[in-house]
Amino acid sequence: MIAAVINIIALILLLISFLKSNKKSREALKIALFKGLGLAPQLISLVAVIGIIFAFLSPELIKEFLGGDFSLIQVGAAALFGALMMIPSLIALPLAGSLIEAGASYTPVAAFITTLTMVGFVTIPVELKELGKKITIYRNGLALIFAVIIAFMIGVFI
Amino acid sequence: MTAAKNIENKNDKEEYQKKKAEKQKEKLKENIKKTIKALIFWGIILAGFGFFFPERFPAAISMSGRYLKEMVMIFPAVLVIMGLADRWVPTTMVEKHLGHNSSFKGKFLAVFLGTLPTGPMYVAFPIAAELLRKKASLSNVIIFLGVWASLKVPQLGVEIQFIGLKFSILRFIFTLISIFIIGIIMEKMIGLDHFNEIKNK
Repeated sequence: MIAAVINIIALILLLISFLKSNKKSREALKIALFKGLGLAPQLISLVAVIGIIFAFLSPELIKEFLGGDFSLIQVGAAALFGALMMIPSLIALPLAGSLIEAGASYTPVAAFITTLTMVGFVTIPVELKELGKKITIYRNGLALIFAVIIAFMIGVFI
Repeated sequence: MTAAKNIENKNDKEEYQKKKAEKQKEKLKENIKKTIKALIFWGIILAGFGFFFPERFPAAISMSGRYLKEMVMIFPAVLVIMGLADRWVPTTMVEKHLGHNSSFKGKFLAVFLGTLPTGPMYVAFPIAAELLRKKASLSNVIIFLGVWASLKVPQLGVEIQFIGLKFSILRFIFTLISIFIIGIIMEKMIGLDHFNEIKNK
């Protein structure tokens, strides 16, 4: 469903773009191709890993480790893990989806996705240089704390 | 004299663009190589897997196949939208519209411009710094950064596809509220003087 919507939107935008400027549209497609090729090795690995993981790990096992109720420390660990990792969200989202489908809880997955996108330990040098020490520390620290809150809220409401 | 200089500049520019194009070509080649390597590597692994665990192989292949199909369905469109945004939404536009006012309109714009599918995080930091230099309110800039990082439109599509609509809506709402609170806390605690002090040193 959502795939159809996004494809239609992309087609309409592309059509408008081509009507307005041929050159810019070509450049845009080129950028898309470049990005796609940049992601391709990781996507291929992801597809293979998902297949192998789920052939070996039974849903019961995943449920036991990642399902059920979570303590503050566990969710905090998931959040910290997300902050440390440097995975493009386009790769992380399908992986997270596969874990949930296999029985993982939404709470740790939410914490992981939130910090993966909002807190970037890897990009901290750039942030320090551009925005200074105080803003960087406050922003990342608060985002880490709020990621845990967001995760528990989602766990309550879903 | 100026004419000569102009020509020189033009030559420099052409040279620069040529170099850039070459670099891109090289990167493209490298990426294609990496893709082929990944294909071969995982092909061997899967073949080995099929050989040693023939009874589990069909499950693995059907799971991989399903995810591959879902990705092929959504990723090209997402990438095209990102590419179009890259060309049609110049970062100067973001700066222009977020330069001043901390009213409700400013916050709304910060959210709207942040959700546009433009670039990774390290592109957003220089924009944020420039906005602060232009005296945009700190809360607006923090909101802009937060939305840019985690609430981008095409990523939300991928999230709905793979995790689910309800999860995405809840995450969007709670994250947006959190980003607003973080922005307000930081404005109260830091204030802009601090930033200007650093930059003027």
